Amino acid sequence: MLKVDPVTTSLTTREESMDAAQQIATQPPTAGEGENAPAVAVEDLHKSFGTQNVLNGVSLNVNRGETLAVLGRSGTGKSVLLRIIIGLQKPDSGSVRIHGQEITGLSLDQLGEIRKKMGFLFQHAALYDSLTVEQNVAFPLQHHKKEMSKSEQSDRARHLLAEVGMDGHFEKMPSDISGGMQKRVGLARALALDPDVLLLDEPTAGLDPISSAEIDELILKLQKEHHMASIVVTHDLHSAKTIADRLALLDKAKVVIEGSFEDLQKSDIEFVKEFLKHS
Amino acid sequence: MIDRESIAAAGPNPPLSSSEPAVVFPPASAVLAPIGKFFEWFGELGIFFWQVVRAAVTPPFEFREFIRQLDEIGSKSLPLVALAGAAVGVVLSLEARYSLTRFGAKSLLPAAIVFSVIHETGPIITGLVVSGRVGAGIGAELASMKVTEQIDAIEASAVNPYRLLAATRILACILMLPLLTLAGDACGVFMGWVTQALAEPLSFHQFINAGFKGADFNDFLPPTFKTTVFGLIIGLVACFQGMQTEGGAEGVGRAATSSVVLSSLFVILADVVLVKFILIVFP
Repeated sequence: MLKVDPVTTSLTTREESMDAAQQIATQPPTAGEGENAPAVAVEDLHKSFGTQNVLNGVSLNVNRGETLAVLGRSGTGKSVLLRIIIGLQKPDSGSVRIHGQEITGLSLDQLGEIRKKMGFLFQHAALYDSLTVEQNVAFPLQHHKKEMSKSEQSDRARHLLAEVGMDGHFEKMPSDISGGMQKRVGLARALALDPDVLLLDEPTAGLDPISSAEIDELILKLQKEHHMASIVVTHDLHSAKTIADRLALLDKAKVVIEGSFEDLQKSDIEFVKEFLKHS
Repeated sequence: MIDRESIAAAGPNPPLSSSEPAVVFPPASAVLAPIGKFFEWFGELGIFFWQVVRAAVTPPFEFREFIRQLDEIGSKSLPLVALAGAAVGVVLSLEARYSLTRFGAKSLLPAAIVFSVIHETGPIITGLVVSGRVGAGIGAELASMKVTEQIDAIEASAVNPYRLLAATRILACILMLPLLTLAGDACGVFMGWVTQALAEPLSFHQFINAGFKGADFNDFLPPTFKTTVFGLIIGLVACFQGMQTEGGAEGVGRAATSSVVLSSLFVILADVVLVKFILIVFP
């Protein structure tokens, strides 16, 4: 199994990682880990629901500026993994570090400090149905950028919406726009606080091929501009190949392979071959 | 399908086998499971309450949402509470007139109406009306947000949902219930007088003088302020049921129904305790 060595990260990336860690940490990261810490480090994660083992010793690292796609069959715990990384669910055991800061034991308010530097796109966008498109994007700004005036918050929200191609739809309600547009708005909302870590849960699920390709292009563009560490959970191998630097394939609650698309193609593992054949 | 042959072969009254017990008792787990669930629900409610209290007393405070909830819970419940209070005033006046006239105590009519409304009828009717309107509203709204992952999205945006959604609604319920009770009381007393005046000419001034004769603040303040407890119950139960929802549209329906049923039930049970408590502390 291929693993990324955090030491190979460039100097610039390491410095930026350290800056980000210092900004978000409520407690300082463990000595010696802050400098070389990956943006997201998941180690030996276990999670089960009743008798169903969903994650069984999953370990992953993602550095700043890098995109990791997590693939696998339905019900293999991909979304649960993302929810644990952002702290929406607690693991049974294991460690999740964001810029070297362990988050599994933090309280809701402590987690909030970490989450200010993370963006999350939900599978069904999860837009606030009582707010307009613009208010949805301005929501995190209203709560965390109180130094910004209302017009500045509105400008920022409109700028982000324009960036994701939603210019001219500011006053619409979420129920009045298509699924693809909702995902774009969700993406704009995830970017509102200028995050270091972006988590995307099935960004192209349920979309037609053209909309999927547009979302992929959008993610690539945002990656280039914002230079974030991203984890994308998807079923769509084509999409994963387009947007990710590395791919991790989950089966039976474990990562069976992690590496580039070429590494997956070269693999002799039966499940990997089967997965590639049917994708 | 009925197997007529085997029934006929068994005869009219087949004898019981000596190894089979005559009475079959349900297994202990079947009896203990609902009791366990009952205590589990209270335990989870307690944990939820503690999280809300912790969120409510630590900054940042969600003033804008709190003001919005005061309007949503208070102003928008006012017409319903006023109407219910007025109807109760009319009914009380009609019933009391009939009963007191029968026992030769017609002069006590204003006092009977006023005391009945401000002591018990006004607070409990307000509590039940609000638990119906607000309990269902909060339960359904939060449940719908839960099943569509909007509450998770709030949390992922680094906003504490206990502070933004639960604390604001519960505090608004606590604050608005006594004010709504005052409005309900006022409408009840006024319509009590109108009903009385239609049957027999009596000025409002005379009615109020006779009604509040001998009354002091102990007759008025404790029953009004006991509704803060009703507000706490309605807000807490509805937020808890809403935020714990699972299972799509069916779950939303269940949350709305259980919010109303449980909050109404607990309001009535709390009233029993509070009435006794008020009678002891404010004799």
